Amino acid sequence: MNPTRTLLAAVLVGTALLLTGCEHPPMKHEQIGYRGTGMERIVNPRTVAENAPLHAAPEAAPAAPADGPKATLLYKNLQVLGDLNVAEFNRTMAAFTQWVAPNEGCTHCHNPANFADDSKYTKVVARRMIQMTREINGNWHDHVADTGVTCYTCHRGHNIPEKSWVAERETVTEGRMLGNNFGQNRAGMASVGNSSLPYDPYTPFLLKAHEIRVAGSTALPTGNKSSIKNAEATHGLMIHMSEALGVGCTWCHNTRAMAEWSQSTPQRVQAWHGIRMVRAINNDFIVPLTPITPPERLGAMGDIPKANCATCHQGANKPLMGAAMAKDYPALAGTARAPAPVAVARAGKN
Amino acid sequence: MAMLSFERKYRVRGGTLLGGDLFDFWVGPFYVGLFGVTTIFFAFLGTALLLYAASLGPTWNIWQINIAPPDLKYGLGLAPLREGGFWQIITVCALGAFGSWALREVEISRKLGMGYHVPFAYGFAVLAYFTLEVVRPVLLGAWGHGFPYGILSHLDWVSNVGYQFLHFHYNPAHMIAVSLFFTTTFALALHGALILSSTNPGVGEVVKSPEHEDTFFRDIIGYSVGTLGIHRLGLFLALAAVFFSAVCIVISGPFWTQGWPAWWGWWLRLPIWA
Repeated sequence: MNPTRTLLAAVLVGTALLLTGCEHPPMKHEQIGYRGTGMERIVNPRTVAENAPLHAAPEAAPAAPADGPKATLLYKNLQVLGDLNVAEFNRTMAAFTQWVAPNEGCTHCHNPANFADDSKYTKVVARRMIQMTREINGNWHDHVADTGVTCYTCHRGHNIPEKSWVAERETVTEGRMLGNNFGQNRAGMASVGNSSLPYDPYTPFLLKAHEIRVAGSTALPTGNKSSIKNAEATHGLMIHMSEALGVGCTWCHNTRAMAEWSQSTPQRVQAWHGIRMVRAINNDFIVPLTPITPPERLGAMGDIPKANCATCHQGANKPLMGAAMAKDYPALAGTARAPAPVAVARAGKN
Repeated sequence: MAMLSFERKYRVRGGTLLGGDLFDFWVGPFYVGLFGVTTIFFAFLGTALLLYAASLGPTWNIWQINIAPPDLKYGLGLAPLREGGFWQIITVCALGAFGSWALREVEISRKLGMGYHVPFAYGFAVLAYFTLEVVRPVLLGAWGHGFPYGILSHLDWVSNVGYQFLHFHYNPAHMIAVSLFFTTTFALALHGALILSSTNPGVGEVVKSPEHEDTFFRDIIGYSVGTLGIHRLGLFLALAAVFFSAVCIVISGPFWTQGWPAWWGWWLRLPIWA
């Protein structure tokens, strides 16, 4: 083989390798800022079509008659759904089953001998989750708007939403200089989109309330104490949000001035509220359920699976492509600020 | 400008690609040729349009002047002048001027009976521009994907396009291009230092020969690429840097729409360890 042919073969093989994991045109695009600013979104229409079933909302069950006796007349121990009439109550219960436990059926939560019994932890969790859904629909309008959420927004037919998160086990190897990876530089971490960034962007920002903003507010350093490590943690959270929504950074930010609200898109405001919403439901609704959750449902560090952006969004910038499911289920309609948690304390009692 | 006594010898007729003898003459030190004329034409028209479009804009601040491409909705069609049309005509002028300049280099090379290495090298810079403003927009289906003409605005474009892919440093071609740019400067610095070191010996020493230069590198790394070879290497490094820069942007969008860190999934999925 002469050198030219060898070189040509090497170039061809190299190019083929380079394109191994790649996609191909044509792509679809959307302009999200002034022309020429690079504020745009490019999506692969074939990937979108492939993922469409995941983002399809199930059809609403036929509406129940509006009149009829209240469910409390027939059923006992109705702590949150007592206001519904019997028909709507049964319709709602059937929908919950389809959304959360389609294979297990009613007995996933209910004691078949006594449906009013609270002995199954899943029933206590479900009650708290109904309250959480109402809290989101009622008090987080800034994030969920009129679309609202239902159990299906997160559960999608799974007992525990597939996109939930638990704390990572700390990687420490005794006696080795490089024994501790300090929670970063691990290959294949989906939480940060396969980057080397700190791979638990959830605990600091979606459970605790660490400061997300790292940029200074002045051109010259005038007291901004944020470290590079802080910036990497923030970048990790931003990658999680981007991956969860299937968008790039420019969906919310004009990256010439990331922190500048006046140059950002309206979506950034919604995302800001979303971060606070997830933090609130993790702390107020999900984490308090830890004591009644059986160990096999907990993570390696003994914590309960919690929510992040992907829990609802699952790769779509609007969960279920913005399908407004909640309006069809009056049981999930928003209420004013929910009362202090009470259901957990009753766990195990009738 | 006065011509040096020996210069006339190199000013020979012929070698033109187009235009025959019509423009086969010099103006002062400059060879004209048909492509000199077209260079002047496109460069003047393009610059005039830049200035006129800037005059329609809100500022004369040199940093903030911005002549932007059309909205994506115009696709690969023509846009109204003030909504990206100027950008389109200026882009045509730029390509006309750059292409003419490359062909003028070819004509001069032909006159001198030289190889085409200089126009080839310059052509890579034009190729990079062509990739950014023509190839990628065509692959994506809209001129609006080109970068705008403005000192700060084109940097803002670079930033936003990069961040669409979450972390551009994970772009494999970007990695190669950046490495090659560093290697190019490293090689040039070593070469420059070597030449200066052998031509600036200590007081009382004679200027050293290429054999000294070769021996220096043989002593230190066991190999010298040689006097001609270093220039081949330099040309390769520089052109490869530009080539992979063009690759890194043309694959961003047309051939990859997700975050660049995620692209490396193929590595993790290799059957060796997956």
